[in-house]
Amino acid sequence: MAYKDEKLHEEKVFKDPVHRYVHVRDRVIWDLVGTPEFQRLRRVKQLGTSYLTFHGAEHSRFNHSLGVYEIVRRIIDNFQNREHWNHEERLLCLTAALLHDLGHGPFSHSFEKVFKLDHEYFTRAIILGDTYVHAILQRVAPDFPQKVADVINKTYENKLVVSLISSQIDADRMDYLQRDAYFTGVSYGHFDMERILRVMRPMEDQVVVKESGMHAVEDYIMSRYQMYWQVYFHPVTRSAEVILTKVLHRAKQLYEEGYTFKCAPVHFETFFKGEPDLQAYLKLDEAITLYYFQMWQEEEDPILSDLCWRFVNRKLFKYVEFNPNTQMNEWMELYKLFQKAGMDPDYYLVVDSSSDLPYDFYRPGEEGERLPIHLLLPNKELQELSRKSEIVEAISGKKRTDHKLYFPKDLIERLSKRSKTKKRILEILYG
Amino acid sequence: MLNDHAKLVKFFSQCSEVVGRKRLQKMIYILKKSGFPFEERYQFHFYGPYSEELTLRVEELCNLGFLQETWEKKSNYYQYRYTLTSNGEQFLNHYADMDMPFMTSYIEKMNARSSRFLELVSTMLYFDELGKEEVEAKVQVVKAKQNYTQEELEEAWAFIAELAH
Repeated sequence: MAYKDEKLHEEKVFKDPVHRYVHVRDRVIWDLVGTPEFQRLRRVKQLGTSYLTFHGAEHSRFNHSLGVYEIVRRIIDNFQNREHWNHEERLLCLTAALLHDLGHGPFSHSFEKVFKLDHEYFTRAIILGDTYVHAILQRVAPDFPQKVADVINKTYENKLVVSLISSQIDADRMDYLQRDAYFTGVSYGHFDMERILRVMRPMEDQVVVKESGMHAVEDYIMSRYQMYWQVYFHPVTRSAEVILTKVLHRAKQLYEEGYTFKCAPVHFETFFKGEPDLQAYLKLDEAITLYYFQMWQEEEDPILSDLCWRFVNRKLFKYVEFNPNTQMNEWMELYKLFQKAGMDPDYYLVVDSSSDLPYDFYRPGEEGERLPIHLLLPNKELQELSRKSEIVEAISGKKRTDHKLYFPKDLIERLSKRSKTKKRILEILYG
Repeated sequence: MLNDHAKLVKFFSQCSEVVGRKRLQKMIYILKKSGFPFEERYQFHFYGPYSEELTLRVEELCNLGFLQETWEKKSNYYQYRYTLTSNGEQFLNHYADMDMPFMTSYIEKMNARSSRFLELVSTMLYFDELGKEEVEAKVQVVKAKQNYTQEELEEAWAFIAELAH
């Protein structure tokens, strides 16, 4: 029997708190889960710094990747024998679902921002490079690794396959909303996935939803909206993210200036030089990163040691709302006051905008901008969701942006009581 | 602070207006690929390179009153227009020493073209690590519905070469 068709003697299952069980019958899937590159995902948290706000949010990209695989497996089961669905694409879909986040690094949002990296580039590099994952995919067929990479990169010819993993209503989002809600403990993020799976239909180029399932989709859109404000964009998580980003900036700057670290940043060197290779990338996980943060608390550089201390011990920056339209002059004054008070404003006075952590709300948008969610009407016509749903239309028009100013309130309070600088800083920040 | 926002405001200060979100997405992508220091990250989507960061940043600029967004209902969709406001101009005054090359000639060239054409050019640029024949083959795969002709492909190559000079 060809490797691509091989089944395990007995079905394997992973117990899962969201889907109860993740079922594996294909030998290829089982072998991929066992590779070092996939096992590495156990050491990369799904929600980055959110665990400092929601203590339960310790779940990993490993959990999530298995969840996305399971949802796609169930969608495909429902698609069997339906028009537009080609059963030959089954293993490709399952594999792409399992591997879609393979290139995520530790605290990937901050890392990508500071070192100008792209996890999608590394996902492709792992799938196409000299790795255990590549060796398994190559056994399926010589062109199989490239096909998997194309699906994940959204450049595969069959867009229906792509849309299962990446669209406005895809397996990726359906898993992370429920999983993140479960592990953070919030009451949002829940929706009737069973119902959505039952009313999904394959069409040319995309997955659509039968009109009768519209209310289940509304619930899913509401979950996305609420999870954004309650979890993904929580101001305390943003504070931790700000500090993490500043730690990486500071360490990079010190390295470039030739500073002698007590704990040399061996694992970061290729990142600081701007030339991380695949092997260096795969070795760096969150355990390693936190080890350095722990050690760098003892560094001579006061900024690096202070920022690491803050991150490790959760002594985060405080924040106030900031309006760049009306407060630019105040910001410039604050910048000078911080300098005067001996707090480097490049590290201790940070404006964080909603676009620094882009999260895609559902937007019907403009024709040709991005593909919306389509309802399949009884007459077989397609209609964009917000044209039919008043709830979705209402959410689509809401303001979804904000800007916050982060600063170390404890350091400001430590300034002398008689300090005019301190008085003015507090006046500007708190009125 | 807000340097990436300022770069976008600078872009709008050099256009009289931008009509269409799709056009805006492709214009910034083409400028980025031409070496202008825009930081918005792009991924490939159904209609070619697309940046969620750009969408959100433009929304922020509108909410701050730096850009004016107007929209009109077309038969089955909305079309958006963007123009810089006086608040946007004032904001830009804070970034007088920003290192951003002049882009007017690029903008004029792109504004003279259709969105369909810009979609083709940005898609070709997305695959710029491939050889010419491979790029063309890839375009025919990922843009099969658009039925781009060989003539259009040649025109796009000439446009890319023109931008490079």
